[in-house]
Amino acid sequence: MSAAQKYVPGEHPDLKPPLGQTGLLFWLRTNFFSSTFNVVLTLVTLYFLYLILPPMFNWLFVDSAFVADSRVHCRELGTGACWGFIEKRFGQFTYGFYPLEERWRVNLTFLLFVIATLPVLWDNMPGRRSFLWFSLVFPFVAAWLLLGGFGLETVDTDQFGGFMLTMVIGVTGIVFSLPLGILLALGRQSNLHFIRWLCTGFIEFFRGVPLITLLFVASTMLNYFLPPGTSFDLLLRVLIMVTLFSAAYIAEVVRGGLQAIPKGQHEAADAMGLKYWASMRLVVLPQALKISIPGIVNTFIGLFKDSTLVVIIGLLDPLGIGRASLSDSKWQGLSTEVYVFIALFFFACCFSMSRYSIYLENKLNTGHRN
Amino acid sequence: MNELDSAQSTQANMSISDQEMIRITEMHKWYGQFHVLKNINLDVKAGERIVICGPSGSGKSTLIRCMNRLEEHQKGEIWVDGVELTGDLKNIEQIRREVGMVFQHFNLFPHLTVLENCTLAPIWVRKMPKDEADKIAMGFLERVKIPEQAGKFPGQLSGGQQQRVAIARSLCMNPKIMLFDEPTSALDPEMIAEVLDVMVELALDGMTMLCVTHEMGFAKKVANRVIFMDGGEIIEQNEPDEFFNNPQSPRTQEFLSQILAH
Repeated sequence: MSAAQKYVPGEHPDLKPPLGQTGLLFWLRTNFFSSTFNVVLTLVTLYFLYLILPPMFNWLFVDSAFVADSRVHCRELGTGACWGFIEKRFGQFTYGFYPLEERWRVNLTFLLFVIATLPVLWDNMPGRRSFLWFSLVFPFVAAWLLLGGFGLETVDTDQFGGFMLTMVIGVTGIVFSLPLGILLALGRQSNLHFIRWLCTGFIEFFRGVPLITLLFVASTMLNYFLPPGTSFDLLLRVLIMVTLFSAAYIAEVVRGGLQAIPKGQHEAADAMGLKYWASMRLVVLPQALKISIPGIVNTFIGLFKDSTLVVIIGLLDPLGIGRASLSDSKWQGLSTEVYVFIALFFFACCFSMSRYSIYLENKLNTGHRN
Repeated sequence: MNELDSAQSTQANMSISDQEMIRITEMHKWYGQFHVLKNINLDVKAGERIVICGPSGSGKSTLIRCMNRLEEHQKGEIWVDGVELTGDLKNIEQIRREVGMVFQHFNLFPHLTVLENCTLAPIWVRKMPKDEADKIAMGFLERVKIPEQAGKFPGQLSGGQQQRVAIARSLCMNPKIMLFDEPTSALDPEMIAEVLDVMVELALDGMTMLCVTHEMGFAKKVANRVIFMDGGEIIEQNEPDEFFNNPQSPRTQEFLSQILAH
């Protein structure tokens, strides 16, 4: 640029920023090489990545055996991971002990689950309305497909296992704990003392007790409380406990969101004649839930991972299946592969939830300034 | 006094009927032990434009917030459009449908577009079909001169535009009374005029208005009565000319000298 150009006051045009202030090189310089310390950090990080990544890649892919008959066979094929083990047990990891010839029902349920979830998560979906009806019906369809009856062979829930069990617990917990949690949060803010005490007591109880304790209560102690002769399904009891437990957490997250809504929003809604439920549904909750998204998803991710705790009361989630299969003498000593594999599954699920929540936050961002 | 001349010419258009819109008798309010409103007596006829002024903490906002039960009074009676305000939810809802309110901080719903802000109450309270509500809302947005912002979110508008949307939003409910709670206090000076213009037009159309404000120009131009409050009491009320030129109580004189000094 030549010497500063003069403009008449009030007529200064918009100019481009000076050269070297935008673009890839500028970005690299400011983010990785802006100071001596930053340069050192960048180099040290690169060195560590160099140390870690190649061996990891070799173990996972290059030296690994994807098809093998036993551990010994694996070792002949390579020094890396023995994925052949996982490959042989994949069916069990996915379906637990669900009867072989009925596994298509699990697959179909999963497919329908994807179809039912899409319209809920994606509000620009073509024909969303009719799909939403299907989403409402889906839980019943899923229960029928998985449990059987009405023309299908019945499958007991103690045959559920693996990722399928994780999905059943995770999805049921998420679907039911969100509305319940919202109701609890509203109840805790209610002017009606009885409702407020009830909700507060519920939340504090379920938040104050470890989930494992609740699961033990579900698996053993409940039999003492229930009238003799009645028995209801262990998985159902677990589902109820998991739902109540995470509802208590959701309630507190949502309460935080509710408190962040300025009093003026309630007043404006009241002043225009909206009744309590209308003002909550149309004005307060949309804003409160938006603020609460990170916390809600955080709770969901926690719930999803905590579903592994059911292994303690004898349900065979992926960890249970993994432990059982490790005791096979043909495959002993392959715990790393099993846990890496399970970790990958959980990571994929939790990371997707996390990304979706970020997408949702961005979409709902309307430049709030209130 | 150019302002007053034009005031006289405009006031001719605004007629006050005998129909009683608000009657407040011997009303008291406490916040805990604190006596905020003391023995308030006030009658408002249809078509009246009342400006309420007074120092901060004098109870003027609280008073108009009692008129649609955003605040509860503990003693005395408040009748709005023939319905008494009590704890009865039915009465409260009926009154709130007929009384519009504009707040100091606009209180627009940030998650809804300007148009949705305006149609929310007509659709959900008046059970109006969406198309009709949209049409009415666009009409009022044109009246407040921002129809082109209908698709935007409140956070994208300036303060003055937001407040005009808030006024349009209230008008969409076709209210009989409009309450203004310091509508220009949170605005930059250059935006006050655009909001006041809308309010003046509203007054010219014969709307019954109660307005808590320090805009004395507005009071002189459109009010038919100015009320001065201090310490939770109505100290003095009079026609604007009398009120500004010949204030009776020493407290009113002091207040006026303070706000008109510069």
